[in-house]
Amino acid sequence: MLIYLRAKLGKIMAISKPILNIRFGYGLSPNEPAFDNVADILADLKKADPLDNKLARPSLKERINLYERLRKARREEKQNKSNATRNLKVIRKKMQQWVAEDIKAFMVRAAISKNGFRERLVAFWADNFTVSGRNLEIMLANGAYTNEAIRANIGGKFSDLLKASATHTAMLLFLDQHVSIGPNSVAGKNRKKGLNENLAREILELHTMGVGASYTQVDVREFAKLLTGLSVGKEGFHFNPRISEPGKKTILGKTYGGAKPNLRHIFQFLDDLAMHPETANHIAKKLATHFISENPSKHLVATIKQAYLQSCGDLMTIYEAMLTHEDSAKPMGGKVKWPSEYVISAIRALGLGNELANVTAKDLRNIHSSMILMGQDLFRPAGPDGWSEKASYWINPPSLAARINWAGGLAFEYGQELDPRILISQVLDDNVSKELLYAVGDTESKWEGLALLLISPEFNRR
Amino acid sequence: MSISRRKLLKSSLAFSCSIAASPLITPMVLASVPTNNRLVVIILRGGMDALDVLQPYGDKNLSLYRKNIKFGEAAGAHDLNGFFALNRHLGDLMPLWKNGQLAFANAVATPYRDKRSHFDGQDFLENGGFAKNGSLTSASDGWLNRMISLMPNSNIETAFSVGRQRLLLLEGQAKTSSWSPDSSLDLSDEAKRLLEKLFKKDQLFASAAKMAFDLSGKIDGTADGNMNAIRASKAEALANFAAQRLNEETRIAAFSIGGFDTHRNQSNNLPRALNELSSAILTLKKSLGANWDKTTILAMSEFGRTVAENGTNGTDHGTGGAMLMAGGAIKGAKIYGKWAGLDESDLYQRRDLMPTGDIRSYAASAIRDIFSIEKSAIESTIFPSLDMGNVAKIII
Repeated sequence: MLIYLRAKLGKIMAISKPILNIRFGYGLSPNEPAFDNVADILADLKKADPLDNKLARPSLKERINLYERLRKARREEKQNKSNATRNLKVIRKKMQQWVAEDIKAFMVRAAISKNGFRERLVAFWADNFTVSGRNLEIMLANGAYTNEAIRANIGGKFSDLLKASATHTAMLLFLDQHVSIGPNSVAGKNRKKGLNENLAREILELHTMGVGASYTQVDVREFAKLLTGLSVGKEGFHFNPRISEPGKKTILGKTYGGAKPNLRHIFQFLDDLAMHPETANHIAKKLATHFISENPSKHLVATIKQAYLQSCGDLMTIYEAMLTHEDSAKPMGGKVKWPSEYVISAIRALGLGNELANVTAKDLRNIHSSMILMGQDLFRPAGPDGWSEKASYWINPPSLAARINWAGGLAFEYGQELDPRILISQVLDDNVSKELLYAVGDTESKWEGLALLLISPEFNRR
Repeated sequence: MSISRRKLLKSSLAFSCSIAASPLITPMVLASVPTNNRLVVIILRGGMDALDVLQPYGDKNLSLYRKNIKFGEAAGAHDLNGFFALNRHLGDLMPLWKNGQLAFANAVATPYRDKRSHFDGQDFLENGGFAKNGSLTSASDGWLNRMISLMPNSNIETAFSVGRQRLLLLEGQAKTSSWSPDSSLDLSDEAKRLLEKLFKKDQLFASAAKMAFDLSGKIDGTADGNMNAIRASKAEALANFAAQRLNEETRIAAFSIGGFDTHRNQSNNLPRALNELSSAILTLKKSLGANWDKTTILAMSEFGRTVAENGTNGTDHGTGGAMLMAGGAIKGAKIYGKWAGLDESDLYQRRDLMPTGDIRSYAASAIRDIFSIEKSAIESTIFPSLDMGNVAKIII
């Protein structure tokens, strides 16, 4: 497929190693290897990632077991059983520890992976299909979601991602789908329960077609009926026909479902939805907006959209279309790094990727809190729309102050022996301003020059 | 290890203060104008269920729609006028109601219809536009910013914003400042000079840095007292900070409170958001002192929610909602607006509370009287295509 497409697109735009790794990855590092061309990065994406084992996290099943232990301890506390309160505290602490380790694993992978594009794609798709941890239960499930629903599917089809996210425990809990019950289902009639529109609406509005698209409130309602049956039990997600609304549902002009509830009907619609032209357009625009520009060129969006539709939503084909478009090779700077990208790229720039794997829980909390002050509470965005793509959202007086504080502290703690004049050529491309080159060599001490490098617009942008 | 005496950056990796960010609170924005009157706009994110906040318990139809979400006496609500009752989690505001310092505009909405998207709905509410499909006015700026640009003698201090994120409400041509109660930036003058040079060619960084330098010197952002306040209650900290600014140069403040998207177990989830709102208002009152009498608070949300509860003891995205007004400057103890009724045929698309008024017209009425702004400018520049008609006067 890759070779076919390459022949069709004609010449591949030469994209420099810095641009490839800064615009599409977590930046360059003096001591971490990185790919220097698109073909290698895409070929690597298809391979198994050795970090999957090295930085493996507990499975969803293990997480559910831990959560069930919490529920049991809660019950026992209510019954005033001895040790219950202590038990509860221990379990809760363990849950918090797992969540902190999830965030650490996410950051460490980004900091040490040779394929930064893979890690950026995980962040991108986790954001497109946002699950925000509004409570500990969802936070806990979110760690499994990121790896099992998102990471496992970034090289497949868009429809795989869509189906995996829409049926994952974390998403069902986050957007209330697990409690949505068909009013005419067996359980609905018995328990007088009914629908919850939350997931149906956000799938259409945020995950696929986009808010400006042609779906209506009636489509949302019918889709909500179709989605009933998606349930969460002690094994995580399962399809429960007893809560599934019987009958046909007409969504976007086509009819789905029938007398007998079946998960297949939901997947049929999600497959169709994945290939809807408005979904192709929305996803193409979102990729271009995230990686390249707040206002991507029409040609770039059209190119990605065409690759999307021609390949039936094959993500590798879509990535290649984006990476080989001339806009990808153009000078950087149109985007501001998200706080997580900023922090990880600064850690990489100082050659501290592997140190990150060994930081104490306290240091990790500090990094995490710094990102919050920069405006990004990782895996906990304010709403299901995820993180902003606007530079002006991320750079304002208080959040810039937080970046300055953190970068200054990092340079002071870890940059006493590094020469910023050498480092600048290792972590940025040739388009560095004369002013910055001069400034980093003109401070009283090396760490101050390093701080200026990390605080510079050139380093904050991509 | 030799450490420069003229330290570029006094901070270190470990910093003094961290807050657990709450999805309930997004930071706030403030502004200043040459008048003694003050305006606070609170954006309530998520779509506040008006029927649970201002419960029409006198409407016999309500019980047909709501079996699990309790209301009226059964929910411990406070009667307001024999027909409407106030959610008990806003009960601390009852003294304000009795003193004529709390009011509502009921059955109101922006012109946005049908898509019921939070994010479009919120942008649109802050933009003040008129397109039914929610597209923003051409400048994509905030109505409060457009208002400031119409005020004589406005300057950078006029628009003072606080928070890590900016509200669209105050974005636009008029320059706004911004800061957050949990922010600090402790730099030597030499460090500031170096950074100014570094940012010179990048307008976004340069203007943010300039303001950060100016404000960090002026505002005691991370004093221990403030941090404790943040831990105690985030809305309280934001409101307290807003009040401090309003007691100085600032005349206009805005911030947001989240947590109103109650799809599920509304009776358990709404109270948290209402407590934050209540705490914000009472903190403003306390911290504003004598200035409270010249203050108007408008709390508004992107849309209301479905009249009928959904299958999960919550409500889904709707249309008509309610705006809360408070402050010493308002004509309170009143519920403005025409009640649309809850007969199925009275509802919008047989689903949502029918909006009988444009939420913008109440904001328009308030700013006309608070800041003496011409009706014609309001109806063209601030809220395009708005017909204020004979909207009630809500300011004393």
